[in-house]
Amino acid sequence: MNLVPGLQTVLDELTRRFGAQIETAHAPQPNELYVHTNVGLASALCSAFYKKYKGRLAGVFAEDARANHDTFFVYYLYALDELHGFVLVRVPVPADKPELPALTNAVHAANWQEREIQDLFGIKLLGHPNPRRCALHDDWPEVHPLRKDFDLRTQLPPFEGERHKFREVEGEGVFQVPVGPIHAGVIEPGHFLFSVAGEPVLYLQLRMFYVHKGIEKLFESLPIPHCVRLAESVSGDSSFAHATAFCHAVERAAGVNAPPRARALRTICLELERLYNHVADVGAICTDVAFVTAHMHAMRLKERVLRLNEELTGNRLLRGMACPGGVRFDFEAEQLRALSGLVDSFEDEFSELVELIRSHSGTRDRLETTGVLKPEVARDLGVVGVAGRASGFNHDLRRDFPHDYYDQVDFSVPVFTEGDVQRRMVVRREEIFQSLSIIRQVLDKPPAGPVRAEVGDVPPDRVALGYVEGWRGEIFHWIHTAPGNRLARCKIKDPSLQNWPALSEAILGNIIPDFPVVNKSFNLSYSGTDR
Amino acid sequence: MFEPLRQSLKTGVVTTRYPDAPPEVSSRARGRPEIDWANWKDARPAAGICPTGAIEVSDADGVRTGTLDLGKCVFCGLCAEVDGAIRMTNQCELAARSAAELRQTARYQLKNDGTHDRLIEPPDRTRTEGESLSALGQSIKERAARMFGRSLHIREVDAGSCNGCEVEIVGLNSPIYDVERFGVHFVASPRHADMLLVTGPVTRNMELALKKAYDAMPEPRLVVAAGACGCSGGIFGRNYATVGSVDRVVPVDVYIPGCPPNPHALLHGILLAMGRLT
Repeated sequence: MNLVPGLQTVLDELTRRFGAQIETAHAPQPNELYVHTNVGLASALCSAFYKKYKGRLAGVFAEDARANHDTFFVYYLYALDELHGFVLVRVPVPADKPELPALTNAVHAANWQEREIQDLFGIKLLGHPNPRRCALHDDWPEVHPLRKDFDLRTQLPPFEGERHKFREVEGEGVFQVPVGPIHAGVIEPGHFLFSVAGEPVLYLQLRMFYVHKGIEKLFESLPIPHCVRLAESVSGDSSFAHATAFCHAVERAAGVNAPPRARALRTICLELERLYNHVADVGAICTDVAFVTAHMHAMRLKERVLRLNEELTGNRLLRGMACPGGVRFDFEAEQLRALSGLVDSFEDEFSELVELIRSHSGTRDRLETTGVLKPEVARDLGVVGVAGRASGFNHDLRRDFPHDYYDQVDFSVPVFTEGDVQRRMVVRREEIFQSLSIIRQVLDKPPAGPVRAEVGDVPPDRVALGYVEGWRGEIFHWIHTAPGNRLARCKIKDPSLQNWPALSEAILGNIIPDFPVVNKSFNLSYSGTDR
Repeated sequence: MFEPLRQSLKTGVVTTRYPDAPPEVSSRARGRPEIDWANWKDARPAAGICPTGAIEVSDADGVRTGTLDLGKCVFCGLCAEVDGAIRMTNQCELAARSAAELRQTARYQLKNDGTHDRLIEPPDRTRTEGESLSALGQSIKERAARMFGRSLHIREVDAGSCNGCEVEIVGLNSPIYDVERFGVHFVASPRHADMLLVTGPVTRNMELALKKAYDAMPEPRLVVAAGACGCSGGIFGRNYATVGSVDRVVPVDVYIPGCPPNPHALLHGILLAMGRLT
């Protein structure tokens, strides 16, 4: 096995410690180690990764392998940031007795993901602190859509509206305030139930998965080239990041490397996606504390990026640009000049906007100490991306697992420990300046050559992990290929799924009128969560 | 205190002149695909590469039927890469009053080698002609203009979208598109709304919420379905978790194709529903 040095040490130590309990280990990529073991060892390995290697659980997912192995498999994905490697622990779950001890008691970050496995695969969680329905709402019949014997096109009886039994919060003067699924603004649907005593929020319960579209099941029904377009529709504001993560997975499975120019153009597109979303969020945070002037300037800047996206790739949200093996369109000199011009003028105008916001003391007054997510809570919940970095969680796949062209450019990762709305805005502000610098560095020395490598049909029965640091946080696409250039399984991990529970923590003790701005400062994707 | 004012004056007016001026889109933008129907020799490669079935082909009794459905199209342009008879234009004003108007169908004589040849029946009409020639269309337009032409309140409902459409709908309130100059406002409740602007393939979990939002609206009311998913179910179609297009759940007055439709396309559709387009 050709492993990165850190992972080789990990593997050696695990073999020494657990001996024959580690059935097999293989590494299709130097930074992607698979360890096959039994259910009993899962929690021991988990604590080894957390305590010894400063790792973190980045994902939990299942696969129906009953056809070939007579079992389900559950995978635990650990990111060992300091060692620059991923470890995927695979354990079998017998088909005739689909039960699994829950890991959530030890790692809170696993909570929603384990419940999702229970709903979608019918694998019962033993000892889970809150084993209620999550991905499928309460009125769903007893079906398990990600099992292979469930047909994608099954028509279920219409929604009867049976209500989710929320936890009761009682006491003198305690009120329940239900919000959603349809919200007041132009945003995605989800249900929030606030329990309040007077103004402060005592407890917030989230009910998501209103826009569950069966995307992971749909991936199993399409040829791989069509799957790229589907990946673009997982979360609309992260179209390019999701599609690129998927393409990375396909390339790793096929053993193809995207040429340097393709990786450079991907990096530019990823940063453009970060730019338009971050600037819109900075503006939207201002509007939620009634500073609309700043929002209007931010919208103007966002529109300029969207128009440039269209000039570069033919689509304002960068759709249609991604493809396995590279990108579909090269940038001509004239387009590169337009990009360069935007970077310069954007920097000037955004700096003015920053000054405008800074000079407005009322805005700062509302944002500081609002919606605090404490670093220890963030670490427990495995919060990633912008929200994690504002709460002291110092990681960024672009730096720790450089993909595309990120090993060729210099940039810094802004990290704060206060964890309030102000810091989540400041992380975005600083990342905007870093994005502009990254784009400049790529433009200074753009590599020449083709923008696409031939991928062809992907061999069957390969596993691969694709990953991208999107603007919201880390995105994973894990695939298991099937014959005929198709997929047996595609697991999508959007950062939002990890971060939603943190919103419930951050809002505690704040007042409901501050909820919009706290929510906006996280700006999580409902569609990416629900899939 | 004067800083916001200074910056606003310095910035000046940035609002587009649309619809008095043409949409400001790049010449490289991928809008409506145009098929050279008379010289289309083989529909199969384009139909095979299309991820959403927007280009479909069916053969029966020596006759091939080829269909282009803009309601399903995600404007990826893959068809134009494999088929010389297809060209991507940058036209984005594609809204129509019925799903049928978004479809073009032609029939060909099928050849033995699987290609097709002589055009038997060209697409029956071009969309815009269909709209203006119809007397019914004219009367709907006048009625809508009378009732909604000067003021319209919109309630947006995401019934399953990926959020791409929302990214663009939010843009309507930006100073660039400034939808309020037409007397159009986005409101917080369906009870205040004249129009429901619906996105997404309606999911099973949102079907009831969408129906309730529609029922809560006062009459007369309009429904606009935005985006490929809203028009047709898009790339998601109908499956265990989705019901499909918006018109399966509530009656739709105007369909806006796009993935997502850009703000010009959205404005075009909204103004069409208001009866304000000439």
